Amino acid sequence: MISVLSREWLLSDTPASRAQAAWVRRYRGWLQFRANGLAMVGLVTVVIMIVASVAAPLLAIQDPSAQDLAGRLAPPSAAHWFGTDELGRDIFSRILYGGRVTLGMVVAVVLLVAPIGLAVGSIAGYLGGLPDRVLMRVTDVFLAFPRLVLALAFVAALKPGITSAIIAIALTAWPPYARMARADTLTVRASDFIAAIRLMGASSGRIILRHIVPLCMSSVIVRVTLDMSGIILTAAALGFLGMGAQPPMPEWGTMIASSRAFILDQWWVPTIPGVAIFVASLAFNLLGDGLRDVLDPRQR
Amino acid sequence: MLVEIRNLRIQFPTATGLSDAVRNVSLILGQEKLGIVGESGSGKSLTARSILRLLPPNAVVTADKLEFDGISVMRADEVALRRIRGARAGLILQDPKFSLNPVMTAGAQIAEAWRVHRGGSRKLAMLAAIDLLTQVQIRDPHHVARAYPHELSGGMGQRVMIAMMLAPDPELLIADEPTSALDATVQAEILRLIEDLVSRRGMGLILISHDLPLVSHFCDRVAVMYAGRVVEELAAAELTHAQHPYTRGLLECLPTLSHQKRRLSVIRRDPSWLQP
Amino acid sequence: MKTLANSFASVPLTLFGLTLVTFLIGRVMPIDPVIAIAGDHATPDVIAAVREQLGLDKPLFVQFWIYLVHLVHGDLGRSVMTSHPVTADIAHYFPATLELATTAIIIAVVVGVPLGVFAAAHQGSRFDHMVRVVSLAGQSVPIFVLGLLCLLVFYVKLGWAPGTGQLDVAYEGLVPRVTGMLVVDALIADDWASFWDALAHLAQPALVLAYFSMAYITRMTRAFMIESLSGEYIITARAKGLSPTRILWRHAFGNIAVRLVTVLALAYAGLLEGAVITETVFSWPGLGLYLTVSLLNADMNAVLGATLVVGLVYLFLNLFADVLYRLLDPRVA
Repeated sequence: MISVLSREWLLSDTPASRAQAAWVRRYRGWLQFRANGLAMVGLVTVVIMIVASVAAPLLAIQDPSAQDLAGRLAPPSAAHWFGTDELGRDIFSRILYGGRVTLGMVVAVVLLVAPIGLAVGSIAGYLGGLPDRVLMRVTDVFLAFPRLVLALAFVAALKPGITSAIIAIALTAWPPYARMARADTLTVRASDFIAAIRLMGASSGRIILRHIVPLCMSSVIVRVTLDMSGIILTAAALGFLGMGAQPPMPEWGTMIASSRAFILDQWWVPTIPGVAIFVASLAFNLLGDGLRDVLDPRQR
Repeated sequence: MLVEIRNLRIQFPTATGLSDAVRNVSLILGQEKLGIVGESGSGKSLTARSILRLLPPNAVVTADKLEFDGISVMRADEVALRRIRGARAGLILQDPKFSLNPVMTAGAQIAEAWRVHRGGSRKLAMLAAIDLLTQVQIRDPHHVARAYPHELSGGMGQRVMIAMMLAPDPELLIADEPTSALDATVQAEILRLIEDLVSRRGMGLILISHDLPLVSHFCDRVAVMYAGRVVEELAAAELTHAQHPYTRGLLECLPTLSHQKRRLSVIRRDPSWLQP
Repeated sequence: MKTLANSFASVPLTLFGLTLVTFLIGRVMPIDPVIAIAGDHATPDVIAAVREQLGLDKPLFVQFWIYLVHLVHGDLGRSVMTSHPVTADIAHYFPATLELATTAIIIAVVVGVPLGVFAAAHQGSRFDHMVRVVSLAGQSVPIFVLGLLCLLVFYVKLGWAPGTGQLDVAYEGLVPRVTGMLVVDALIADDWASFWDALAHLAQPALVLAYFSMAYITRMTRAFMIESLSGEYIITARAKGLSPTRILWRHAFGNIAVRLVTVLALAYAGLLEGAVITETVFSWPGLGLYLTVSLLNADMNAVLGATLVVGLVYLFLNLFADVLYRLLDPRVA
């Protein structure tokens, strides 16, 4: 008897149960993912970022909002690992707390966007006819705007700030998910097993929720991870344009905007947050690429 | 000898090392028609394609001899191989829907094959293409020449393929399951066409198929492959006197109208067939 | 052809949706526009008068109707900031964005497409990995950071490129405005000094935008080419004895050219987004800068007008891409 969850069990060619087959698939996927060097770099970086953000209060030696006008714009040193900004605040701590802001915004957006997009797309795809046309028309309208521009307009109307930024980005980010979910639903809708469940008397709601949505999940997961990099960039852009998180909040884009003028002599002040944005975005891109190779190779 | 293969071995890298796809295969071919028969995965396509070195890039090929008209294909560089491919040997694939370029007209593809090896102006090449289309018994060659592959039926597409491969007037034609994607009625027509053209031009033919009676009908000799090895080689006329149990098994599982059988026989696979 | 008509038919509906969305955004504002115009200490009579003047006392759908009527007449309201009609402002600033975006896409295509083709042809090689990393970086880097760094390195430290803006102060106003695109106008006016200066100023923002766009174009080209190169017709082409160059370009690339054109149209649309940020960093007087400055001044007419125009351009570029695809692909025609 091979023990459960041992390596042999996970690599078995002849799974004995549905659960085992699912685990075999997951383990194979994990092995394939692990073989992809760049994807692993992405995963490790993302994990580090999440840990650093959550543990920011422990890791940040200084108070991110403590000003020290006498020691402003200081270069990196033992006291301030990344130097100080234009108001004398420790950049390292601000980067850590800024990570919280950025990741928090991204998670908030995703939590809003994925369910809405999935719901709209799967309902439209499954019901077809008029609901489909109406929902798709609405999706098309939102897709007709470039994301940043529409987000800017929304934020301007609502009032610049983090909450508005989150809502604005979410409002512009959901259409592709609806489209994807609808495409996946259409592929599945005509299959025999859906017909079988319908014959057994399941309601549309139950079919959509329990049977169709799980099948859309893998493309959604891939898309979410890849999208995160774009959301990070959009959030930073909003911050940079003064429309997102407002100072003194340590959002990376906002930090760059307020220190932009000092790029000539104290280049590290605007550059380090820029590098942080780049690393975060790149990490999610690498992770998303790796996930896509494993979960949804056709999508490339 | 047109083609001489001795001890061909083709391997592919897998998670657990190199795996044999073709082992110890030896064949010779003169100006005759050789049929290679086997089931999926028997290695027949790989063997034939290795003559033109058209294998996937991760394939590992070794052989004592792999020669085309005395030229060692193993040691030849890309330039030398390009002189053989097309000009001296052609390859017909299974499904014209995929093996023809979807965004070039049929005529353009045939004309390209002509021009690359025979030179001449575009106009001349197109005229030659029309002529070739007539030779493959297409009734409206001008229309077909202007058509795109997705507008052609399977049978017409294969005729275009044949015309394209015969354009440079090669000495050898390799047909890799040329009729497997076609309707039964069209299959015989296409094979008769191939047989006719090959005989008239004095070419050699390697016909690959999983269909034993078809191959025996159109070829002089037959090689039977199983699990990457040639298990038997004999003249087509002698097929009924085959010795190897796999060949016998293939023959016996064919339903026939003359001998009534209550149950179709099933091949019992003997692991000893896998031994070299 | 039937589906082509469908594409066109969906445009009016989407347009309608576009205008509705911009209208609603405008009405969501927490700031009361009446107070903004009349002032905090206005008397109730004045407030009522201003409200009536702005048409805000009417029901919402009447307001929307008035808005639509104005739109059709090309009236987007008046900009509080410049006190010009918004339409005039947009007409004034749009050509500069056009100049920037067009230059960027040309660079992106000329560099990006061959990179993608060769990366796919040598899949797995060091060159391929390099191309992948470079384009991945391009998709991950925030444009404003890249822009600022370029200014720092090439303008301040190395002195190779000029500073922000479209022209040096010295050349300001010398070239008569014809198209609004300085480089073109300078050529028309035969003013070579201005031409070179305008070109020098165009270089940095265009290159920054181009890198951003190139990342996307290279990735898509590479992905399409890998798919194309795995087709059976490539084996046929090799069997015909064709040269590798011919196989790569005539056969593999020829098969993806149509899809690539649609990608390019979409990339061009994406440049509009990138232009907003790039123009802000380089003080380039285009629509993007107009939008961001209006935002900072809470000039809603200008913001909504610019958003609507950008949305329109985006919509038509998408439609154009769709049409092109159907016209060019022999399989769909």
